[in-house]
Amino acid sequence: MNTPTGIWDGDIHPYLRSATDLDPWLPKQWIEHQRNYGSLRQTPLVNGSAYHKSQPNAGRRDAYPPEGGVQGSSVSFLREQLLDAHNIGWGILNPLVASQGVRNLDHSAALCRAINHWQAEIWVDAEPRLRASIVVPYEDPETSAAEIRHWAGDNRFAQVLLLSRTSFLPGNRRYWPIYEAAAEANIPVGIHAFGNSGWPVSSSGWSSFYMEEMIGHAQTSQAGLTSLVIEGVFERWPTLKLVLVESGFTWAPSLMGRLDKHWKTLKSEVPHLKLSPSEYIRRNVWWTSQPMDEPENRRYLADIFNWLGWDRIMFSSDYPHWDFDDPSRVIMFPATHEQKHAFFTGNAQAVYGSR
Amino acid sequence: MQIDVDIHPGTPDVAALFPYLPEHWRDMSVMRGITDLHSANYPDMTPLAARPDWRPPKGRPGTSASLIASQCLEPFGTNVGILNPLFPVQTFYADDLAQAFASALNDWTRAEFLDRDVRFRGSIVVSLENVEMAVEEIDRCAADTRFVQVLVLAGTARLLGRRTYWPIYEACVRHGLSLGIHAGQDFRNAPTALGWPSYYLEDYVAHAQSFQYQLTSLFCEGVFNRYPTLKVVMLESGWTWVPALLWRIAKYWGGLRFEVPWTDRSPEEVVRDQLRFSLTPIDGPDTDQLRRVIDHIGSDQVILFSTDYPHNQFDGIDVFPTAFDATLRKIISDDAPRAAYPRLGSLT
Repeated sequence: MNTPTGIWDGDIHPYLRSATDLDPWLPKQWIEHQRNYGSLRQTPLVNGSAYHKSQPNAGRRDAYPPEGGVQGSSVSFLREQLLDAHNIGWGILNPLVASQGVRNLDHSAALCRAINHWQAEIWVDAEPRLRASIVVPYEDPETSAAEIRHWAGDNRFAQVLLLSRTSFLPGNRRYWPIYEAAAEANIPVGIHAFGNSGWPVSSSGWSSFYMEEMIGHAQTSQAGLTSLVIEGVFERWPTLKLVLVESGFTWAPSLMGRLDKHWKTLKSEVPHLKLSPSEYIRRNVWWTSQPMDEPENRRYLADIFNWLGWDRIMFSSDYPHWDFDDPSRVIMFPATHEQKHAFFTGNAQAVYGSR
Repeated sequence: MQIDVDIHPGTPDVAALFPYLPEHWRDMSVMRGITDLHSANYPDMTPLAARPDWRPPKGRPGTSASLIASQCLEPFGTNVGILNPLFPVQTFYADDLAQAFASALNDWTRAEFLDRDVRFRGSIVVSLENVEMAVEEIDRCAADTRFVQVLVLAGTARLLGRRTYWPIYEACVRHGLSLGIHAGQDFRNAPTALGWPSYYLEDYVAHAQSFQYQLTSLFCEGVFNRYPTLKVVMLESGWTWVPALLWRIAKYWGGLRFEVPWTDRSPEEVVRDQLRFSLTPIDGPDTDQLRRVIDHIGSDQVILFSTDYPHNQFDGIDVFPTAFDATLRKIISDDAPRAAYPRLGSLT
C-alpha cells in the first residue's frame, strides 16, 4: 500500500547510549546523587519496570544500532531504520528516560532540564526531521510551568510531555499550572502511557502480568481523560490541545457516550461544565494510533475512525519498541486518500502547526 | 418470557437485618451505633440512585416485594426478576463481621422477597475478605435453588482472576451458579488507577474501567480455561466498551501469550462462550451505532435484559435502543438470560 509522502510520526523514543550522556547538562551534585541513589520513583526497582518487558528495553530485536548501545540510542541508525525506511517526514521524540515522576522533586527537575538539552542538541540539531518534547517534573507543577516557559519559544520543541500515571488524576487542580503555561504558549500537551503513579495499576490492585499492564493503559487513560474533562480543564483553557499518546483510541467513542449519558443525569454536581463532555473531547483532544487494536474483522476499525472523526487520530510508530506499527501496514481496511492524508500528516499539521 | 437480571431491592437499614443476625452481632450493632450502611457507590439522594417516579416520599426505594413487583415487574411484562442487593456488606474489614452481615442479607432476601413472590430469584452476596467463609456461605445458600448466582462487586482488593478467588468459582460450577459482578467498589483500592476522583460522576463512569480490568484479569489468569462451564455476568457494567477491550486484549495476546500459555481461546471466543452483560445502562446516543456495537462484539447472545431498578437510567418503560429489532429483543429478554443462568434453564 502506498502512503502519502512525508509521514508524521507522533511517538519516537530516544534512549541514552550510556548513563553519562546527560552529564554535560547536570550539576555535579546531581551526577553524584544519581550515581549513589539512582532515580527513585514510586516503583520497586531502581532500574526498569516491575512488570518485566517482553524483550530487553521493550525494544525491537533488530533495532540495536550497529555501533553499539540500546535500541533507539543512535541518531544515525534511527535515521536509517525509521525515518528513511518508512518515509517519515517529521516526528516527535518522547523520552522515557527516568526523570518525570522521580520522587525527589529537585532531582526530577534537574533530570528533566538535562533531558531537554540532550533532545535538542544531540537529536534535533543533528536531524531536522525530529522535534523534541518539553519533559517536565510534573509532580512539581510550578517548576514544570517554569520549564515550559523556558523552552516554549524554541521551535525545536513541539509539545509538553506528561506520562499517564501521575500521582493524582491529571485534571486535579494541583496540575493546573502546567496547563496554564501550555495554553499561554499555545503548545500542545502530550500524555504518553506509562509512569508510576504510586497507586496499583488497576482499581482492584496489582495485576500479575505485563500483558495486563499493557492492556490496562487504555483504562488508566480513560480515567485520566475523564478527570481532565470533568474537572473543567478544557472549560478553563478552551484552546488547550491535548494529545493522548500510546493510550489506544478505540475506547474513546464508548467513553464519550458513557460520559454524556451520566453527565445528563448528574450535571447538578458539575455546574462548571458548560458543554457536554463529548463536546470538550471533540474540540480539545487528539490521539496517536499505535498500538492499533486488532479486531478479527479489521473493517470494524473504520467504524471507530468514523465515529471519532478522521481528524482526531494521528499516525505513530512507537519506534524502537517491540509493538512498533509500520505505516504501510497500519490502515488495513478501506479508506479514502483524504482520510489517509489526514491520518498520516494533515491532523498533525493542524495540531502542531508551525512547530 | 422476560427475565430482568438486575433489580436492586432496598435494605432500609441495619435493623432490617436484625431478624437474620446472630444475637452477638445485633448487640454489637446497637452498642456501637451501626445503624445503617450507606454506600458511597450510590449515595441515596443523587439523581442517579433512584428514578423520580420510583423514589418514595421517605426512605430507600424498592424495600418490599410488592412494591418492586408493581413498579418493576408488571409495567415491563417481566416474568422473572433477579435481585442484586447492594447493601454494602463488602465494606466490613473483619472476617466474622463481614460474614455475619452477608449471611443476614442473603436470609433477608430469601424471607422478604423470594418467599413472598415466586417471580423473584436471588443472588448470594459474599464478602471476599475471607474466601473460605465465602465458599461456606455459597454452600449454605445454594441448597435453595431460587438463588441463581454469586454476587461480588467490580472493585476488589485483588483482581478477580487471582487464584486466591478460584475456590469461589469452583463452588459456582459445583452448584450450577453463575458469577455476577456488579458495578461498585469494595473500597480496598481507589476507584481509579490514578487515585480518588473529585466528583461522583467520575466514580460512576470509572465503574466501566473496573470491569475492563476484571475481564482482562479473568482472561489472562485462565479462569475461563480452568472453568469452561462458568458463566460470568457483568451487571450495570455498560457494554459499549466491550469490543475495544477485546481488540486490545487480542492485540497483546498476539504478542505476549507466552506469559499466559494456558489461554486456549481468543478473548472474542471467550466472551461469546462465557461472558454476559446486563442491558442497562446503555452508554451511548440512541443511534444505529448501538446496533453496530453488537456486530463488533460478534454475538447477539451476550446482552441480558435489565432495568437496573430503581436506578435512574431511562424514562418510562422503553428500555431497548431503537435500533434493536424484535428478534434481538427476544434474545435479550428470554434466550440469553436462560443461557446465562443454568438455574433458569428449566423455566417455562
